[in-house]
Amino acid sequence: MESRSHLFLDGVRKALDDSNLQQALGNATERFIKSRNDSFATFPEGEALRDRARQIKEDTIAHLDHYLEQLADSVRRQGGYIHWAADASEARQIIVELARQYDSKLAVKSKSMTTEEVGLNEALEQAGVEPVETDLGEYIIQLANETPSHIIAPAIHKTKDEVAELFVQKLGSPRLDRHEDLTREARRHLRDKFRNADLGISGVNFAIADTGSIVVVENEGNARLTTSLPRVHIALMGMEKVIPDLSSFAAFMRILARSATGQKMGSYVSIITGPRRRDEEDGPEAFHLVVLDNGRSRLLADPVLRESLFCIRCGACLNACPVYRHAGGHAFGSVYSGPIGSVITPSYIGHDKAAELPFASTLCGACRDVCPVRINIPHLLLEQRKNVVAEVKGKQRRLVRWFALVNASERNYRWALRLAYWLSRPFVRNGRMPSAPTLSAWTRTRDFPAPARQSFRDWWRRHHG
Amino acid sequence: MSTKTALFVTCLVDQFYPKVGEASVRLLEQAGCAVEFPHEQTCCGQPAYNMGYHDEARRLARRFISIFESYDVVVAPSGSCTSMVRVFYPELFSEDPEWQAKARALGERLFELTEFLSERSFAPRSTFEAKVTYHESCHLLRELGISEPPRALLRKVEGLELVEMERSDLCCGFGGAFSVKMSELSEVMLDDKLRYAEATGADVITATDCGCLMHLGGALSRRGSSLRAVHIAEILAGSL
Repeated sequence: MESRSHLFLDGVRKALDDSNLQQALGNATERFIKSRNDSFATFPEGEALRDRARQIKEDTIAHLDHYLEQLADSVRRQGGYIHWAADASEARQIIVELARQYDSKLAVKSKSMTTEEVGLNEALEQAGVEPVETDLGEYIIQLANETPSHIIAPAIHKTKDEVAELFVQKLGSPRLDRHEDLTREARRHLRDKFRNADLGISGVNFAIADTGSIVVVENEGNARLTTSLPRVHIALMGMEKVIPDLSSFAAFMRILARSATGQKMGSYVSIITGPRRRDEEDGPEAFHLVVLDNGRSRLLADPVLRESLFCIRCGACLNACPVYRHAGGHAFGSVYSGPIGSVITPSYIGHDKAAELPFASTLCGACRDVCPVRINIPHLLLEQRKNVVAEVKGKQRRLVRWFALVNASERNYRWALRLAYWLSRPFVRNGRMPSAPTLSAWTRTRDFPAPARQSFRDWWRRHHG
Repeated sequence: MSTKTALFVTCLVDQFYPKVGEASVRLLEQAGCAVEFPHEQTCCGQPAYNMGYHDEARRLARRFISIFESYDVVVAPSGSCTSMVRVFYPELFSEDPEWQAKARALGERLFELTEFLSERSFAPRSTFEAKVTYHESCHLLRELGISEPPRALLRKVEGLELVEMERSDLCCGFGGAFSVKMSELSEVMLDDKLRYAEATGADVITATDCGCLMHLGGALSRRGSSLRAVHIAEILAGSL
């Protein structure tokens, strides 16, 4: 996907002007986060499980090379194939080449942010393979020719009526008003695709190093069909998705869905180990696992940002974020949006291209409260701000130098206090500043406080000096 | 002998809200502290740090530590500035063990005002006839983990009725430079917050941090709202 992260503020304006989007996003994120909080409130072992999940991630990421090698051995042992993709283009090449090799024409896909990350659909289309998204939200997004605006709820920005209209236009459906009818209509179209598909492409929630299994968690059953019906299954995973064993997965299984939607677990949890065996009746003839780097080793090499690789893509940080709630995912202009997206995107696509994202936060920390693996997102955003400033000559540099100079001595500071007081005088009305030059971004809807005639330090000197 | 207590007044209070500083002094004295004001103090460096300029922030952090490290206790009427010293200074000096140790040592002796008063089991002697709702400043709540102490202090104020708003933990959208750099987002976040606050029918919204209060208060005065934004120190000290 081409990045539009440098246009963040344009995207925000567009989102704020879209009342449908504001309503849809507000309702959905509020519902998600309420369910998440209710679910953890009645789950006494939840906090300990979050600690355990974090510990597992810490250990696995610290020995990632070992676990990836073990995973590769296990996958091969189970009769599958493993492929390593250094970047998005390699991942596309590998998958397109496999599609050619198996003479595929129609690929059904279950939800995968990683395939979005590498821009797989366009590559498949160019190679003459029709990719069909089978997750309802992804299907809607594909019909609308858009990109997902949320990690787990790709069409979160759309209202039901917008979807109904889309179905009328793109599927020739009658005008449908009920959620059930819209879902049934999508299902009818998708069943045909499932029957005729010769390739299934999925993402990976967790890859189990010692068994070579992949785990796919979903709610619609489409991922189970995608991974079992077509004769070939290709799974694409970010290299951080490996965990040591199934008992580690047990911890994640209990917090992933709770964090994402408040469900105790996903409706369908598929643990897939290699292709169909001789004595089995279904499952694909061939299984390929593609492991993607694409900037992750840059995060791995950074002692502070490494923590972002613990992310299990539950989307809770998006739901909790008051910025995301209004900006929506598209404004971020990147595959991964919201708080975690603002942390990882600059390292994936370059700090110059995503310079705005780490600043799209008040650092309120609501994201960290709900992160199942307790990623210290606000602190990582601060780290990325530092990296942005180091790489991109910021407009703020002069301002910050001036700030540092003012605060470098009491003398400078007192002088600046006096100056601010006298400069502000002409603009003060009733003890406030309804407008002031250089402060217009603030004073459009908010008064600015007037500097006090007698600062605290002057008062102190007078009374205690 | 009373502890040698320094007031870290914070630049925002010093310049814009001196009454909050005066109220803080009164409260500390009522709590039995001999208050000193190290006059060399300026800003802790948080704005530079939050904007990504760590070198500038580090220079100010070293200056800050040198000024305050000789005191037994340092108290600030701000959760945000307290968290800068206690939480972020050690991160700022992650590659400088000597200064990191100094930062940690100071962080252990530097307290946010309501945190300090609560630890001393301070009982306010003030009267404030008003319906008050409490806004949780993000840094106080999530970097320092302080939520109950300010409320407990407010409940002890004579005549004060504490009414909880929905989502008291929701950010007001200030975020320092964010409020200007991304002002449209900041404004809609502020709208959300004020909707919850105004729904309580409170006369006053209070908080521990002047950053949030200048943001909340700036919109309230612009709208001519009957709700007022007041720093918790002024309520507890009875200066209103």
